[in-house]
Amino acid sequence: MLRFLLPLVMAACLALPVSAQGLADLLTAERAQIEKPSRQTIGPVIDAIVATGDPAAAAMLRAWADRGLGLRKADGAFLRIAKTADGWALTTLEGQDAGTAAKADIVELKPNAGVRDLIGAALVQFTLSDPDPAQRTRALEAIAKSPAAAQLQPLRASIPAETDAALKARKERLATFLTLQFEPDSAARVAAIESLAGDTSLEARAALNPLLATRRMAAAALPAGTNLAQRLTPGRDLTEAAAYELLVASDLAPARLTLQGQKDTLAAHLADGAVAGVPVADLATQAGRDRAYEALEKAGTVPAAATEAEVKSALAAHVFYDAFTEPDPAVTSAARATLSSIETRVGAMTAVDLGLDALSLASIYFLAAIGLAITFGVMRVINMAHGEFIMMGAYTGYVVQQLIPNYTVSIIVALPLAFAVTFAAGVAMERLVIRHLYKRPLETLLATFGISIALQQIAKNIFGTQARPLTAPAWLDGALSLNDIVSISYIRIAIFVLALLFLAFFLWLMKRTRLGLEVRAVTQNPAMAASMGIDPDRINMLTFGIGSGIAGIAGVAIGLFAKVTSELGSDYIVQSFMTVVVGGVGNIWGALAGAAMIGGFQKVIEWLNPSNTLAAQTYMILFIILFIQFRPRGIIALKGRAAGD
Amino acid sequence: MTRTFLARNPSVLWFLAALAIFTLTVTVLAEGLGLGLIPTAFVKVLGKTLCLCLVALAMDLIWGYTGILSLGHMAFFAVGGYMTGMWLMYARTEEIVVQALAGSPIPPTPDEVAQGVATQIFGVVGGSDLPAIWSFAHSAWLQLPMVVLVPALLAMIFGWLAFRARVNGVYLSILTQAMTLALALYLFQNDSGLRGNNGLSGLQNLPGLGEVPQSSLSIWFFLASAALLALGYVAAAFVTSGKFGSALRGIRDDEQRLRFLGYPVEGYKLFVFTLTAVIAAIAGAFYYPQAGIINPAELAPIASIYLAVWVAIGGRGRLYGAVIGAGFVSLLSSWFTGGMAPSIPLGFYTIHWVDWWTVLLGLAFVLVTLFVPRGIGGLFDKLPSPRRHGAQLGPDDGALREKEADA
Repeated sequence: MLRFLLPLVMAACLALPVSAQGLADLLTAERAQIEKPSRQTIGPVIDAIVATGDPAAAAMLRAWADRGLGLRKADGAFLRIAKTADGWALTTLEGQDAGTAAKADIVELKPNAGVRDLIGAALVQFTLSDPDPAQRTRALEAIAKSPAAAQLQPLRASIPAETDAALKARKERLATFLTLQFEPDSAARVAAIESLAGDTSLEARAALNPLLATRRMAAAALPAGTNLAQRLTPGRDLTEAAAYELLVASDLAPARLTLQGQKDTLAAHLADGAVAGVPVADLATQAGRDRAYEALEKAGTVPAAATEAEVKSALAAHVFYDAFTEPDPAVTSAARATLSSIETRVGAMTAVDLGLDALSLASIYFLAAIGLAITFGVMRVINMAHGEFIMMGAYTGYVVQQLIPNYTVSIIVALPLAFAVTFAAGVAMERLVIRHLYKRPLETLLATFGISIALQQIAKNIFGTQARPLTAPAWLDGALSLNDIVSISYIRIAIFVLALLFLAFFLWLMKRTRLGLEVRAVTQNPAMAASMGIDPDRINMLTFGIGSGIAGIAGVAIGLFAKVTSELGSDYIVQSFMTVVVGGVGNIWGALAGAAMIGGFQKVIEWLNPSNTLAAQTYMILFIILFIQFRPRGIIALKGRAAGD
Repeated sequence: MTRTFLARNPSVLWFLAALAIFTLTVTVLAEGLGLGLIPTAFVKVLGKTLCLCLVALAMDLIWGYTGILSLGHMAFFAVGGYMTGMWLMYARTEEIVVQALAGSPIPPTPDEVAQGVATQIFGVVGGSDLPAIWSFAHSAWLQLPMVVLVPALLAMIFGWLAFRARVNGVYLSILTQAMTLALALYLFQNDSGLRGNNGLSGLQNLPGLGEVPQSSLSIWFFLASAALLALGYVAAAFVTSGKFGSALRGIRDDEQRLRFLGYPVEGYKLFVFTLTAVIAAIAGAFYYPQAGIINPAELAPIASIYLAVWVAIGGRGRLYGAVIGAGFVSLLSSWFTGGMAPSIPLGFYTIHWVDWWTVLLGLAFVLVTLFVPRGIGGLFDKLPSPRRHGAQLGPDDGALREKEADA
C-alpha cells in the first residue's frame, strides 16, 4: 500500500510548481510518458494534469481511461478519437470537431489496468467537484461502494469547496471512513476512529469491523511485531484437533493419520487376503486395523503416524494466537474501544426495535383475537370457523381490489364490505347451527369445525390454491426508520392503530351502548334478561354477527401483509384461541394482555434463536401449556358471578 | 356381576364375527395369498383403514366414554409411526450401506456402517451424524418398545399437567390441539433429528424380507391389523364395562359429582388418556409401514379433528360406532378423493368430487352433529332386540343411565 501511496504524496508536494503550466504545454512535455505510461511513474504526470485546473483535463483523462485518446502522429496533438468505418473521428480535448483521420495517422493510447486505476482515482476529484450535485452524489456513492486509498486525497481536497451542506456532511463522513482505513498516520486514524464513538449506523460499523479482522495462527514462538488479538490455549479456546490442524496447515507438524487414510493405506498393502499378517476378516474392527497398521509401521513399509503423545508435545511446543490483520496496535485498540461503545448503544436500540416488533405482532394477534373475545369470551361459543371469517374478510378485500383499481379507495370500500359479508355469514351461522347447540360446547366446536373445513375448501375451489395479493396503498409502503436499527413499517403502525380503534370500539360497545348492556345481561343470565324484556335470541345473533364482522375487518388488515390463501385463517386460529385463553376469557383486557404476552414472548424467542421461527412457535405453545398450570383462568381472571361457573 | 363379560357386551361377539368374515373374504380375494381379485394397493388401503378404526376406538374411549374431546390423538398415532419408522428406515438403510461397502477390499467396521447410515439418512437435511434420539434405532428390541413408551410418556406428562390444572371441556380440546401443533411444528424443523418435512420414507420394506413381494407383505399386514383391531375392541369393551367403565361415564356426565363421591377423577382421566395414546401409537406403528412414508404433515391438528369427525359420524359412546365411522368415512373419502366418484355436470358448472368432497364432508358433519347426534351406530338401536326390554335401565352395575340410553 505504501508503494502505492508514495507517488501520490509526492505528487501532492509537486503539484504546486507544475500547476502554472498550461495543459497543452504539459502534455507536450510529458508526451513520452503519456504515450507509454507505466504504473510506477505516471502518478506525478496525472496529478500535474489534474493540477492544471483546465476543464479539458477532465475530458482528456476520461477519454484516456476509456481508451478513447489518440495521438496524431503528424503534430503530436492529443485528440479524443472514436472509431468510424475507415478510420477515426476526431474531437479536440476542448470538445470541438477536428475532422477525421486515417487509421495509420493516429496512435491509439491503451493504458493498462493499473494506470487506468490511477486515472480513475484522479478523475474522482473532478466528479467530486462537478457542478451538478447529482454527479457529486454518484461519485460519493461510488467511493463508498469500493473505497480505495487513492480516493482519500481528492475527497479531502473537495470538502472545503463543497457548497451543499448535506453533501458536505456526507463527504466529511466518507473522508473519516477512508481516513481510518487508509491514512498512513496512526494518530490521524485513531482520531478518525474515536470520532465515530456512539455512531450506531451500519456504515460506521462496517467501516470499523474490518480493522478488527483477525487471522488464527500457530508458530513456535510469538513473532515480534505481531498485533496480538488473543492468545489461544488448546483445549480451552479451541479444540485440540483444531489446534493440531492449524499446525498441519502451517507446515509445523505432520498430518495426523485419519481413519480414511488408514483404510486406504491398508487397502494398498492388501496381499493374499491379509495385510501384514492380519487376515482381512479381522479388519472389520478398528482394533484389527490398528494392529495391521502397527505391523506395517514395524516392517517399515509405511511412515509412522503421529501418536497421541507426539500430538500433545507438538501442541505444547507451539503458541496459538489470533493476530489482527491490521498491524498498528493503537488503531486496533481504538477500534475495539469504539466498537464496544457502539455495541452498547446498538444493544439498547435493538431492544427498542424488538419492543416495536413485539408490539406490532401483539396487535396482529389482538386483531385476530378480538372477534373471538366477543364470540368466545363473552358468549362462550367456540367458533372454529373464526379463522375462516378472517379469510373471508381477506378475500373480500382481494375481490374489491379486482373491481376498484385505486388501492386507497378499494381499502376504504373493503373494510365495511368485509364487515358486512362476515357479519351476514356469522348471523347465518348463528341462526342455522349454533343456536341449537348452546349448552353443548363440545358439539359447537365440532359443528363449527365442519363449517370451517367446508368454507376453506370452497375458498380453495373459487380462488385456487395459490396466494392472492392484497396490495396496500402506496402511502402505507415503506417504513418509519429512526436509524439503521430501529424501524417499523407503516403497515404495522396502521395495524397497531386499527387494533387500538377496535379496542376503543369494543369498550364503547359493551360499556356505553344499550346493545352492550343487553349482551352482558344475556350472557350472565338469559332467563332473567328475557323476563326484563330483552330478546336473548336477537341479542345472541347480533353479538355473534359483530364478533364475526370484526374478524372480517381483521382479515383485510392481515391480508395486507400476509399472503391471502385459503389457509390464512387456520394459521391464526390456534394462536387466537390461545390469546383469549391465556389472557382470560370474558374480558377484553385479558385478550389484550394475552396478545401482548404471546407477541412479546414469541419475539424474544425469535431473537434468541433467529434462524428458526418454527422452534419459536413450538416453545411458545409449550410455554402456554405451562402457563396455564399456574393461571388456569388466564392473566386476568373474572371473579364472582361474572365468572359464570 | 353375575353375567359374563360377553353377555354384558353382546356387541363384542357380533363385532368379532363380522371382522373375521371381512378379513377372511379379503384374504381369499387378495393378490398375495388368494384369488387375486383385490389389487395389492387396495389391500393396503383396507389394512390402513383397520388401523384407523383402531385409533377411532381409542378416540371413542377418551371422548365418547370419558367425555374428553382430545384433538391430539393423531399426534400419538404419528409418533407411534415415527418410532417404528426409525427402526425400519435404519434397518433398510443399513442393508443398503452394507451392500455398498461390501465392494471395498477392506471390510467395513461397525462405526463405518453407522456413519454411512447416518450420512444416507440425514444427507437430505444436510447432516451426517445420527442424532441422540436415534440411539436405539439400530435394534428392533430397543426401538419397538419406544412405540409404546414415548407416546405413553408424552401423554402422561401432558395429561398430568392438564388434568392437574383442572383444564376442562373446550379448553382442554384447544390445549390438546396446541400440543399437536407444537409437536408438528417441532418436527417440521430440519434439525429436529427426524428429517424435517422430508419425514421418513421407504417404510414398506421390512428388513430381512426384501425378497417377499409386497402383495404378500400387504396381506400379512392386513391380517395383523385385523388381529390388532379385534384385540383392541375386546380390550376397549373390557375397560368400558364393569365398575371402571361406569366411573368413566360418570366423569363424562358429571365430573364434579364423581369427585365428591371420592373417586380420583384425575387419576381415571390420566389413565384413560395414556391408555388411548398407547392404543393410537400402536395403530400408527402398523399404519405407516403400510403407507410407506410419514412426515410431519400427518400430525397437523386437522388430522386429529378428522378423527373426531369419524367417531361423531359413526356414533360416539359405542365402540362399534367408532369403528363403523372410521371405516365408512375414510373409505368413502378415498373413493371420492381418488377420482373414482363420477362428476356431476350441472350445465353451468361441473362438480368434481376431488374438489367438493371436503365441502360435502364438512356439511355432513354439521348435519350429523345437529340431527343425528348418535351417528350411524344409532341405527342399530332401531333394530328389534329381544334382549333389550329396557330392563337395563335398572340399578344394575352394568346398567346404562337413562340419559345415555337417550342420547
